[in-house]
Amino acid sequence: MFDQYAQFFNELWALFVFIVLRFLLPLAFLFGVGWLLWRFFAPQPVPSAAKPERAERFAEFVMRVRELPSIQIPELSPRQILGVFTVLMLWIAAAGFIIARVFWGLGTVTALSDTVPWGLWIGFDVMTGVALAAGGFVIAATVYVFRLERYRPILRPAVLTALIGYGLVIVALLVDLGRWYNIWHPIIMWNPHSVMFEVAWCVMLYTTVLLLEFSPAVWERFKIGWAQKLLHKIVVPLVILGVMLSTLHQSSLGSLYLIFATKLSPFWYTPLLPVLFFVSAITVGLSVVTVECSLAARAFGLKREDDLLAGLARASAFMLSLYLALKVGDLVWRGQLPQLFALSFGSFLMWLELLVGIALPLVILSSARGRQDARRRFRAALFVIGGILLNRMNVAVFGFYDYTIQFGTIYIPSLGEWVVTLALVAAGVAAYVLAVKLFPVLPREEAPVAAQSVAVKSH
Amino acid sequence: MNNSVHLTRRDFLKWSGASALALTAIPIFDQVALADFLGSDEAAQQYGILIDTTKCIGCRQCQIACQAKNHLPPLPEKIPAHETYPEQLSATAFTHVEFYKTGGTDDAPVFTSIKRQCMHCVEPACASVCPVGAIVKTPQGPVVYDADKCMGCRYCMAACPFNIPKFEWNSANPRIRKCNMCADRLAEGKLPACVEACPTGALKFGTRKELVAEAQARIGANPDKYVPYIYGLTQVGGTSVLYLANVPFDKLGLNMKLPETPLPDLTWQVMEKIPAVAVGVGLLMGGIAWLRNRKRGEEEQREGEGERR
Repeated sequence: MFDQYAQFFNELWALFVFIVLRFLLPLAFLFGVGWLLWRFFAPQPVPSAAKPERAERFAEFVMRVRELPSIQIPELSPRQILGVFTVLMLWIAAAGFIIARVFWGLGTVTALSDTVPWGLWIGFDVMTGVALAAGGFVIAATVYVFRLERYRPILRPAVLTALIGYGLVIVALLVDLGRWYNIWHPIIMWNPHSVMFEVAWCVMLYTTVLLLEFSPAVWERFKIGWAQKLLHKIVVPLVILGVMLSTLHQSSLGSLYLIFATKLSPFWYTPLLPVLFFVSAITVGLSVVTVECSLAARAFGLKREDDLLAGLARASAFMLSLYLALKVGDLVWRGQLPQLFALSFGSFLMWLELLVGIALPLVILSSARGRQDARRRFRAALFVIGGILLNRMNVAVFGFYDYTIQFGTIYIPSLGEWVVTLALVAAGVAAYVLAVKLFPVLPREEAPVAAQSVAVKSH
Repeated sequence: MNNSVHLTRRDFLKWSGASALALTAIPIFDQVALADFLGSDEAAQQYGILIDTTKCIGCRQCQIACQAKNHLPPLPEKIPAHETYPEQLSATAFTHVEFYKTGGTDDAPVFTSIKRQCMHCVEPACASVCPVGAIVKTPQGPVVYDADKCMGCRYCMAACPFNIPKFEWNSANPRIRKCNMCADRLAEGKLPACVEACPTGALKFGTRKELVAEAQARIGANPDKYVPYIYGLTQVGGTSVLYLANVPFDKLGLNMKLPETPLPDLTWQVMEKIPAVAVGVGLLMGGIAWLRNRKRGEEEQREGEGERR
């Protein structure tokens, strides 16, 4: 038994060292540079005589740039400027990595190898990205199939989030595919036995559906009446098609992993993978809509749809209990309980997923107080998102560790992979902000001032 | 599948009398039911390679021939004896000879050498997972790759239970690389380069049926020289490359824990249900939408009547 402990802590320590070296140190370096810039430029009142001069010069520089006739820079605080600067640097770095990847190959930029052909870009950008974009079809079905009209205010933001999510997945695929210029091949080259073929088609078709589902916001903005009318006619069949496509490809992302019977850890390898992926996609879709609505309301000073979010929280609680029952039932039925109670890296991750990712938010959302209190609800949604993120990473990356360690390899993403992933996430957020400013997506009601100050205090 | 059949002496004599293929008194070892072991008729006629590690002297002529035939970088002039070179298969090495210490003492070790390359499975996982059909199992037997179709998704690499497909990680137009059993040479009636180069006859080319019969004959003729097992006969549904050895196969780096089910069956079980699921979900959603529409229509009608009054 002592060996078990020793091995577990060895594995955990090795993983910790790798993560520190490959991820935390570079991030710390990036943030260190950012912090230095902040100290240098932020116009804070400081005792020394030299600093105000620098701050004044920066403020003067910003004023002069603002006065340029062609550029409209809104009033930004130094903190916001730093944020924009960091994101821009992230995008420039990502562009550099992507150019390097295109010309000098995936091996130059990623930590992938013959032993580990799939990594962060598949595990997070594609798998988690598609799961997180599931809110679109769930809310669309809620409004147009189940006819719960009261959820209409959150429909357009949910569809927008999903559309951006799938857009990011496609960009991530273009970066990850070795022969990316052949990405269109599944249209004319068919292998119906391949799960990936089915996923490719469903994602292609569903992205089109999402574009069509979002288009009413565009027609409204540009006042194109005939398009609005046409779309209104086809919206219900369109949404039903969207639900069909989403059911297929959310579950098929799980089916992708059925072929890895000899390689994937038995904690996550199950014939039930398609069902688990589908149920968890709906669950996390609800949580993403919750988070996105709460953040957007706060960022744009709008009224937060509390009663709608409470309704979503009820649905989340139901889905979480279904998901937990399926997951635990599957582990018991396949005789994995003894392994679950043994000490290993795999069991640690599984417990984390079950307790923090499912059980904890379920407990929070099971009580009416948890559902109605905005903070608790938000926190629960974050736990769900973290839990599903962990699940996708477990299935796609960590679940292969026990297999690849036989060949002396443990996959830790490289700096390039992290930068591209983070840059894509930042691009997604930026696209959301841009779309929300350009098109009528968010409900227009401003948050009442009294309500805002109440929201600041905790319940 | 029934994989432990013991024939009685009477059954065996009946069989050997009736069968045209009857050779000598071959023991039916405890591996698979006689009727099933060759798979389909198609699989029995497909070409393969029998690798008899007891005849291999580790000269690496097969490697040298493969590098030359595929225009891959040649091996260095001098490689230490009993060293696996290159250590791993890669985009520039489709085959290599691995050396394992299987006996002797520390001062005088005894090595067994074994040639490794693509197993050309009867039902390859790589071919089934490729979304664009860039890898196919040809009717002749070799599993071949077409770079023109490939997207570089690397699903084949992840799916192969033997971890064979390799990738050109530092290329702007990366290809998957692996042994293709010299399919072009086979089309011209020639032998694969490695088989032709082997000086001891450790590599034998033929149909799967012939090779299995040959393997059985060898085991039968020299029972103390061979482990009574053909590796590749039943692994993941059977492979076109078969191995014989005089030590347990897991001591030669061969995975003895592979299932007998072909891996593509695991996904096909789900994929064949896709049309039904799609139609079912469509009908379900359509039904709910229709019912909810009616209910709302009734509600609105009632409201309208209420207002009129």
